[in-house]
Amino acid sequence: MSTAPRHSFDYVKDISGCGVFGVIDKKRTPISGTVAIDAMASMHDRGNGLGGGFAAYGIYPEMADFYCFHVMGYRDEKLEEVEALLKSHFHVKAAEPIPTNIKAKVSMPPKVWRYFLQPRDEDRPQWRELEEEDYVVRVVMHVNTTLGAVSNVEDKAFIFSSGKNMGAFKGVGFPEDIAEFYRLHEYKGHVWTGHNRFPTNTPGWWGGAHPFTLLDWSIVHNGEISSYGINKRYLEERGYVCTLMTDTEVVAYLIDLLIRKHGLDKRMASWVFAPPFWDEIARMDEREKKLFSAMRMIYGSACLNGPFAILVGNSTGLFGLNDRVKLRPLVVAEEGSRVYMSSEESAIREVCGTLDNIWAPKAGEPIIVEVEA
Amino acid sequence: MSGTSLTIDSSGIYYRELNEQIRAAVADGVTDFVLTGVKGQRYIATGLAGNLTFTVHGTPGQDMGAFMRGPHIRVEGNAQDGVGNTMDEGRIVINGLAGDVIGYGMRGGHIFVRTDVGYRVGIHMKAYMDKRPVIVIGGKAGDFLGEYMAGGAIILLGMFSDKTYAPICGRSLGTGMHGGVIYVRGEVPPEQLGPKLKCVPCESEDMEIISCNVAAFAREFDESPDLILSERFHKVSPFSHRPYGNMYCPS
Repeated sequence: MSTAPRHSFDYVKDISGCGVFGVIDKKRTPISGTVAIDAMASMHDRGNGLGGGFAAYGIYPEMADFYCFHVMGYRDEKLEEVEALLKSHFHVKAAEPIPTNIKAKVSMPPKVWRYFLQPRDEDRPQWRELEEEDYVVRVVMHVNTTLGAVSNVEDKAFIFSSGKNMGAFKGVGFPEDIAEFYRLHEYKGHVWTGHNRFPTNTPGWWGGAHPFTLLDWSIVHNGEISSYGINKRYLEERGYVCTLMTDTEVVAYLIDLLIRKHGLDKRMASWVFAPPFWDEIARMDEREKKLFSAMRMIYGSACLNGPFAILVGNSTGLFGLNDRVKLRPLVVAEEGSRVYMSSEESAIREVCGTLDNIWAPKAGEPIIVEVEA
Repeated sequence: MSGTSLTIDSSGIYYRELNEQIRAAVADGVTDFVLTGVKGQRYIATGLAGNLTFTVHGTPGQDMGAFMRGPHIRVEGNAQDGVGNTMDEGRIVINGLAGDVIGYGMRGGHIFVRTDVGYRVGIHMKAYMDKRPVIVIGGKAGDFLGEYMAGGAIILLGMFSDKTYAPICGRSLGTGMHGGVIYVRGEVPPEQLGPKLKCVPCESEDMEIISCNVAAFAREFDESPDLILSERFHKVSPFSHRPYGNMYCPS
């Protein structure tokens, strides 16, 4: 029988928080996966081995016209059920196991597959009236709320990446071990994000690792979305259902709703997530006062409460944001056509010898970087 | 009696190993350290006592100089979060910017940061008997500077900053403060000031504290103390000894 240490100072503690890293090349020059891997590895101690992951953009250039679905599950029969659903809803251009290195130090790896897909048009089994991207979202939600939502983790099979020319790679392990598992040093992309997890409120399992994705949106997050319950209900009323048991999942779906569906730009989305305080709104001129009051009222249920530093990737950009009182660290640096965002400056220094400049953005101040046209 | 010096190339050395090397060297009588190639190693000089010096090249990691009692650290570069956490005595000089919660619960000694600092700097700073911690910030500060401050002094210059668009300090300056002072060069934007605080122009006894610390700051960074002191300073301090005394039990 083990006994609890007598004194509080005898406890061995893991002193950490999550770690995030992102890099974009504005000229779309491919960046090797080793940049993101080395940066994340240097922040090894921000996680505890219960989650790591990466998102990369521009990695499937020969298949850029097809949606690439990454699917994970433990049982072949469950994966076959996912495949059958995908085949009925899409034309399958290619299907293959995601290349992995089974010697990597990861815990209980599931089977991981990828499918390059073209949505069916006239011959859809359902949802014929939907626009293409809505249709893709609906299929992802359908799979993840049925085959992905069974209670036993080993019976789950679900989609964890669904964009074009991009992919999410994640699981239980330190990020450098997850990268080894997915052989990410073999990939090149113009945007990368990475995450090192220290789970606080929710289980450390393969689906719960970051990034969380939908279409080509991907989110990595250090912090806690205390408003998860409100955000989740708000999303459910709009067709997005959370199944992955981690608070950050809501951010991926909120981004899709606010930006793709409602047409807000990234800056306005950042005002929804981290709105100005009412006393700040009171000091604005009449026009701004009206705008920000309206946004707070309309999007109160999409506001993110709690501490966060998030990085949002998509095919054309990288976007970083802190909560409005900056309860998690985030620094930004530029070097030539590259922009880096990271929990720690040292991770950027690890992969970039000289920097043109480096700064810490203010609370709630979005850092929006887009590739050049 | 002067000790010996040691240079450690820290590139690729895990933080625990680096700190073990440093501690072993201190036990062997080394007093002056030069650390090169530092990239994110945590806890440098944490818990060390006595007349030691550290020159750090690179970007040291979290909690540099935490619980430190005596050593002098100079960083040629930027520092991350938690510098001087609960530090007791000594001096930390950052020739660059620094992150969040610098000087958390600091109880003595000096921290000089040449440019900007992040959020919650000087949170829970305190003074006791002859121990009066001081933080001098050459650039601008984020929100909650001096939050819950109980003693000591923060001197905010706002001069050496890239954040041209930002006010000298963030919002909620000194929120929960019930002791100590925050000196600000120039004006304090009234909307940034936390509750239960007064902001008044500095008097001669304040200027004595400011001048001697500014002189030391200027020496470290080769700046002109006269230029720094050419602007009027304001003093932010609590209205009363116990400004929150009736918060939960209205009298």
